[in-house]
Amino acid sequence: MYNFFDQLIVTLGTWLVGLVVATGNSVSKICCGQTMGDAAAHNVAAGTEIVLICVTIYGVFALCFGLATWLERKMLARIQNRYGPNRVGPFGLFQFVADGVKMLTKEDIVPARADKLVHFLAPAVALAPALLMFGFLPFGRNMAPTDLDTAVIAFFAVGAGSELALFMAGWGSRNKYSILGALRAVAQMISYEIPLVLAAVPVVMIVGSLSTTQIVAAQGADGFLDVSGWFVWTPWGFAGFVLFLIAATAESNRCPFDIPEGESEIVAGFHVEYSGFKFALFFMAEYLGMMAMAGLGVTLFLGGWHGPKLLPSWAWFMLKGFLIVCWLIWLRGTLPRLRVDQLMAFAWKAMLPFALFNIFATAVWFYLPKTTLLQSAVAWLITAALVVAAYWVVSRFVSRRAGAPRVYRYAS
Amino acid sequence: MFGHGLLQGLIVTARNFIRSYFDPERLTTVQYPEERVKLPENSRSFPFLVYDGAPDNLRCVACKICEQECPPQCIYIEVERDPKTGKPVRRPRVFDIDYSVCMQCQICAEVCPFDAIKMDQVYELAGTNRFGGMLHNKSALLKSNEYYHQIHPTEADEVDAHLSQSRKKMPGATALSTGPKPPNV
Amino acid sequence: MIQPLTTTGSGYELMPKEGAIETQTLEVSMGPHHPSTHGVFRMDVVLDGEEVTRLKPVFGYLHRNHEQLAEQMNWLGSIPFTDRLDYFCSMSNNWAYCHAVEQLAGIKVAERAEYIRVIMAELTRLINHSCLAGFLLSDAGAWGTPLLYAFREREKILDLFEAASGARMMCNYMRFGGVRADVDDDWLAAARKVVGNYPAFLDELEALITGNEILLARTQHIGILPRELAINASITGPMLRASGVDYDIRKVDRYGIYDRFDFRVPLGEVGDVYDRYYVRMLEMRESVKILQQALCDIPEGPFDAGVKMRNFKVPAGDGYGRIEAPKGELGFYLVSEGGTRPYRYHVRAPSFINLTILENMCLGHKVADAMVILGSVDIVLGEVDR
Repeated sequence: MYNFFDQLIVTLGTWLVGLVVATGNSVSKICCGQTMGDAAAHNVAAGTEIVLICVTIYGVFALCFGLATWLERKMLARIQNRYGPNRVGPFGLFQFVADGVKMLTKEDIVPARADKLVHFLAPAVALAPALLMFGFLPFGRNMAPTDLDTAVIAFFAVGAGSELALFMAGWGSRNKYSILGALRAVAQMISYEIPLVLAAVPVVMIVGSLSTTQIVAAQGADGFLDVSGWFVWTPWGFAGFVLFLIAATAESNRCPFDIPEGESEIVAGFHVEYSGFKFALFFMAEYLGMMAMAGLGVTLFLGGWHGPKLLPSWAWFMLKGFLIVCWLIWLRGTLPRLRVDQLMAFAWKAMLPFALFNIFATAVWFYLPKTTLLQSAVAWLITAALVVAAYWVVSRFVSRRAGAPRVYRYAS
Repeated sequence: MFGHGLLQGLIVTARNFIRSYFDPERLTTVQYPEERVKLPENSRSFPFLVYDGAPDNLRCVACKICEQECPPQCIYIEVERDPKTGKPVRRPRVFDIDYSVCMQCQICAEVCPFDAIKMDQVYELAGTNRFGGMLHNKSALLKSNEYYHQIHPTEADEVDAHLSQSRKKMPGATALSTGPKPPNV
Repeated sequence: MIQPLTTTGSGYELMPKEGAIETQTLEVSMGPHHPSTHGVFRMDVVLDGEEVTRLKPVFGYLHRNHEQLAEQMNWLGSIPFTDRLDYFCSMSNNWAYCHAVEQLAGIKVAERAEYIRVIMAELTRLINHSCLAGFLLSDAGAWGTPLLYAFREREKILDLFEAASGARMMCNYMRFGGVRADVDDDWLAAARKVVGNYPAFLDELEALITGNEILLARTQHIGILPRELAINASITGPMLRASGVDYDIRKVDRYGIYDRFDFRVPLGEVGDVYDRYYVRMLEMRESVKILQQALCDIPEGPFDAGVKMRNFKVPAGDGYGRIEAPKGELGFYLVSEGGTRPYRYHVRAPSFINLTILENMCLGHKVADAMVILGSVDIVLGEVDR
């Protein structure tokens, strides 16, 4: 029963591919009088599979995007003691449909002096990498769309494409706010890519592979619970996870790192001149990018699709991904924004050294013997001590710059 | 250690998130068209004219004090004249209040010596006509004393007591003559 | 003396630096419609990269001819217009105007009315300062969460205002010699409850804001207003006290009955944005103290001095009445010819005068800081432009 639900989507996909191949065979029999050759059948099957995967990812994650916007509005509302959307559908669940209709029917305004082509292309360029990033994540048992040996690198490489889109949007709009936003976006995203990749390095070091499927497989454990193997339970894994979360927040331009949008200072930053559907595409790209980052975080640190066998593997993946999204929403509801120079300083002077320390701690962990329970405990404690010490050093440096609460006097 | 303040803030927001589901003190939003907050008795919106019994028996004597005192000057009054003699009668022929100009300051109600103009509590007055639609004439402004009792019970009781007392003081005279003489028009 | 501007010129001039890449400054007109200019305020900012090299505040988009209007109006008719000056603090605006007229006309204010006035003014201060903390955080990018918490508490105080005066924001409550309507015991009980719960809310707000490392980094040593400059530019209110000057009109003038209450005046050390924020937080705690005393001591008695409002005349002469409004010294200068309307009516608006120093505080900081500094000045455009 569990296996049936676990493999439901895979079975469905296989059946559909088989159906298409069988249909192809019968069509070819009617037309040519014989079935397809093996090579042709293989090509048809592969092509069908690609189409199916694309359609599924687009469909599922477009829906997830809608749900995420609803979830964000609802959660932020409750954090701020409001109701949030509650008029369209049950609990306002169809609010995103109404928003989509509104966005589609809105006037599309292009500034008179904008670079029309760049302005037009930017939203599409922003969306493409966000969608492509999903191609490297294993969503469940036997559910990896692609199984590249360099999936982690490919993920980051594709994800870096969104910087271009943001700069195109800012430059093409010919608006002073959007230029500022675009320059901030490029500076921020390039800076935070480094801690982001360095946060993922320990996992790659331990697993010895860049393939996301192998990383997930390395975190599996036998038994019903299937949580003990998650890297987040190790000291370096936890530190890496925190680093990854911070860098991913910055990469997806979320609060408190949303300075490219900087609503209160540069109005809406790079997308200030976008309206209607083009704006919706940017919005979608931001959310899809955020969810893809959450998916990678789950894959690298939270055991991917592994989890207690109460839910199917793909459900675990989605659940963990949404938990990370919820965390990002929670952050957005709480924290003010950093300033642009503080943001860069934080990336280069705090996160980068801490990530390097963390890699060192991982190396220590790698060489420590962990055959018995006691040895494992000792290795855990040593690594934890290293990570905490690194955090302490870095945080002292950061705190000195951040300032401290003051003592006030009263007039006599 | 660094991060303490951030975590503290996160705890505050998390607590608010959870308590907004249980604590009505925290979720003060009202789902407006379905739920309505009961207005306090003192609440005021726009002025209206009070009449006793029948709409013809209105308390206003067209003394024009409110017209003079109204800070944004949204009141316009014309005195009714006797058709035969042409002499002014103590009642308004035209009494207009432009609600789009009125700023709900209550000064007209305060200065009225006849307790003829009082503050209403209606607030759903949105219309599509920007100029004519907000100009309320005498018939639209006239509301009964009973209505006044409904919206401001305490104040209305005081007014009624005050009016009946002044009627008693001057037997034979109506409440209308208690105030100062209206200026000649 | 206010220091002269450090840069002049069109803003498009080239900024050649030895051995550096030649760059151009960027002139941005922030406002009048901009999310964090608190209304229709405009700043012509010249940016060198992200850094503000010149900033010119442009006022007047909300000019409503307040002073001229008041000179065409009888003395009573100006009170509802003062509500619209600083629409967050209509009660203290009413009080300032009535205070000026009472001084000029020599009216003795009824005892109970004095207490009611203090209660209303301090409640207004609570509203203003807690919302300011929220606005400041919104300017710093906190997506309105503290602001909405402040609005949640403000709602309770506005309910009190509505129950007492009939309106939530445009109260039009004070009259010469007293207040317009009395408050009953139920109202006082409700007010005691709101005031009693307020410190808990302040604790919550402080837990959310005060220790936050991001906020500390964003506000400490940003927009420093030196003590001398603050005095020279005639800055008043919490901004002045954040710069370390002990000047609170409630203590200096002891107008009304403020000499009967026990409260302290918090002072800042550095005069930066953080001090300006935190001094206000401390002031709110002092306000709660005043409120508790006033709500406890309020005597029975008439709530006005029996001044006839219609055809109210003020003896000829001139006078200046000022109070400590939440934003600073709010003063009304009135000249009377003995008639039913003022000959001259002038408002000393704290928002406006505090805003004049904006450029000196912003120069050399990032454009994001300029917004936070503007937020810490605490302006309401209704009062700035009048």
